[in-house]
Amino acid sequence: MNKKVMAILVPVVSVLIALAISTVIILLIGKNPIDAYGALIKGSFGSKQAIADTVIKTTPLILTGLAVGFGFRAGVFNIGAEGQMVMGALIAATFASNFGSLPPLLAIPLTILIAMSVGAGYAAIAGFLKAKTGAHEVVTTIMLNWIATYFASYMVTGPLKVGSGTPKSPEISDSCQLPVLMKVGAIEMSAGIIIAIIAAIFMYILLNKTTTGYEVKAVGFNPYAAEYGGISVGKNIVLAMAISGALAGLAGATELMGVHHRFLGELSGGKGFDGISIALIGQNNPIGIIFAAFLIGALRTGSNEMQFIGVPKHMVMIIQGIVIFLVAADRIVRTIMIRKRVEK
Amino acid sequence: MYAVEMVNIVKRFPGVLANDHVTVRVKKGEIHAIVGENGAGKSTLMNQLYGLYHPDEGEIFINGEKVVIRGPKDAIKLGIGMVHQHFMLVDTLTVAENVVLGSEPVKGLNFDMKKARQEVKELSEKYGLFVDVDAKIEDIPVGMQQRVEIIKTLYRGANIIILDEPTAVLTPQEVEELFEIMRKLKNDGKTILFISHKLHEVMEISNRITVMRLGKVTGELETSKTNPKEIARHMVGRDVVLRVSKEPHEPKDVIFEIKDLVVKDNRGLTAVNDVSFNVRKGEIVGIAGVAGNGQTELVEAITGLRKIESGHIYFEGKEVAGFTPRQLRELGMSHIPEDRLKHGLIEEFEAYYNIILGQHYRNPFANGAFLNHNNIFKYSEDLMEEFDVRPRKIDHLGGNFSGGNQQKLVVGREIRTNPKFLVVAQPTRGLDVGAIEFIHKQILKMRSLDVGILLISMELEEIFSLSDRILVMYEGEIMGEVKPEETTIEEVGLMMTGHRIEEARRG
Repeated sequence: MNKKVMAILVPVVSVLIALAISTVIILLIGKNPIDAYGALIKGSFGSKQAIADTVIKTTPLILTGLAVGFGFRAGVFNIGAEGQMVMGALIAATFASNFGSLPPLLAIPLTILIAMSVGAGYAAIAGFLKAKTGAHEVVTTIMLNWIATYFASYMVTGPLKVGSGTPKSPEISDSCQLPVLMKVGAIEMSAGIIIAIIAAIFMYILLNKTTTGYEVKAVGFNPYAAEYGGISVGKNIVLAMAISGALAGLAGATELMGVHHRFLGELSGGKGFDGISIALIGQNNPIGIIFAAFLIGALRTGSNEMQFIGVPKHMVMIIQGIVIFLVAADRIVRTIMIRKRVEK
Repeated sequence: MYAVEMVNIVKRFPGVLANDHVTVRVKKGEIHAIVGENGAGKSTLMNQLYGLYHPDEGEIFINGEKVVIRGPKDAIKLGIGMVHQHFMLVDTLTVAENVVLGSEPVKGLNFDMKKARQEVKELSEKYGLFVDVDAKIEDIPVGMQQRVEIIKTLYRGANIIILDEPTAVLTPQEVEELFEIMRKLKNDGKTILFISHKLHEVMEISNRITVMRLGKVTGELETSKTNPKEIARHMVGRDVVLRVSKEPHEPKDVIFEIKDLVVKDNRGLTAVNDVSFNVRKGEIVGIAGVAGNGQTELVEAITGLRKIESGHIYFEGKEVAGFTPRQLRELGMSHIPEDRLKHGLIEEFEAYYNIILGQHYRNPFANGAFLNHNNIFKYSEDLMEEFDVRPRKIDHLGGNFSGGNQQKLVVGREIRTNPKFLVVAQPTRGLDVGAIEFIHKQILKMRSLDVGILLISMELEEIFSLSDRILVMYEGEIMGEVKPEETTIEEVGLMMTGHRIEEARRG
């Protein structure tokens, strides 16, 4: 079957199977699945507020999904999106609380640039270690995640701490906050979603239309052939990690500038790790990643509404888990099929 | 009375007939050499005797009795021991511990170290296998590690000992010591199977010789009644058919030269040892040799894929040692690599992306940072047409073409860059006759356009039919230079097995 058709079919069928299995589970706990799914949809798209909420939840997931997905396309497994997001947001927050004198037109890009550069630099450490010593990026990015987490928690409970209660940094200057696209009650939907979509377009162009994309993909697929073709393997591993990290840093920036307006203890809340599942469901394709992020974002937003009618919100975890399992299983099946073909 | 009889053994691997009705008979108490080029099927055959592989067809008899050997355990029970090319020792344990590992003497529930040491000592003294039983493996030299492997087989009661290329890792002195040990073992009634492709060693130590080539037995010889020339002929095959006609062509200036080049392999051992030669424009210089004699490292060093230890590389008179592959390509060097799946192609890339590899960042394929897909597609269609790559689909993935078409793609890509100097390694490995002829013609066409060509091949036929000059490489050194019309296949065969040109001429 055509590769492109498969790339769309696999996640869609996986979602359908996941819904079918969850239907059985909802029936088993004695609830009406139609009511449950109705509540889920109502909770995520049923009102202006619900839609805004879904978009807010989706934005960082698109960006971390792109970060991990870009890494996969370039042959690196960046598990460190979490740490890169935290570091990007933390450092940007530190600067951005002092940008009051700058106009938004300068302050916003500058804050974004800081977060992306920090994310890129932090990821590049793992890239550099891999290129120079062969240290696997899975191991080093996990280690860097812990460093980032504890460093951030030290900063907001120590040097940067303001107020009492939840550890947090000072609020960033007004001029650094992203413009609000839609305001429903207390919920402000910022322009972060536009940034995320621009990032997806950027990744598509970079991967498919540029020599840089050609080189990072070549190194990811076959480093020997890439080197033979005059492509520097080490340079491109560092570059791939840095671009991946910049996207994760951007996720930190949108959360900081569009949602919390300060660095909070749980700013990332595992969204860097969610990026791995989203990249997987989205088949590392920028458009696919947008859809996958919306799916997960909507499920999470709608789950509260579902809880109200007595279906545990953890149902969405089940759906999410089954989707990931099936998409991953498809890879396993395909790998086995390719092996078999080779053996013949 | 035969100690070992392997009759009509057939062993297939995917796409390869590794052993094609091979029959070997080994007399009790003899040293029997199995000789052949790398890839001739020697190790495959021995691994079946030791139970690591199972023959698809054929029978094995040990001491006249038909046996089925399911694994090394069965082999050991039958008194067969094997010393592999790569030793199977635990570095952090002592010699004695390694020898008894797996069948340790015990006292009650405890390992009886004293007894183990005693037994190992006795065995080593009996056969002159001098080892320090208490030394750790990591602290002793390779030659001694090999003796530990031999003691291991003896400890398990082996009467038939297989030595798989035992001299490959040894110094000349260690080789002499090994031969001394082999003689002692033989005098004690042990049967030894000795795998090698070094003819002088085989002549020195063996009683009888089985020669293999491309999975078949090509000769069974008594060592005392043969000579290296005859063995070499069996090893490399006798017929050279010139399939493509080569026009005479006068070579021009030197385009490429290397001087005193030393290159190490991945293990840090010297793979290319003090090699010097040059290539002129419009000339094909062939490098012949059994695989694994430094050709791969030589090519990688020349093309910028491996760093050199010392020496010089000149391109058009300019020093280019240490240049990156991209710099070399920009100067006008092209490279058809020996392993098209490792270096030559990106299997996951479409044909058109494979076709621009190496030039992907340059006009007309890229304008600044962006790829120009229109030009890429157009160029790819032309190239696939010119080099008859099938199917003629530019968006077909590299890995989905057949081997011959993959090779055409690579050859086409490298030739279409209009190089001044072309490095061609094993260009026709695994291809059918039609594709071979096509590629040979392309290489000769480049010669007529005054491109300097360095051809590395294990196929003597190819070397003889294409080269203007032939250099023979053995253990990283050039054994001599000959012209194809002034030499014979025997002479080159002898040089390939370690005889310098003067010796080879003497016969």
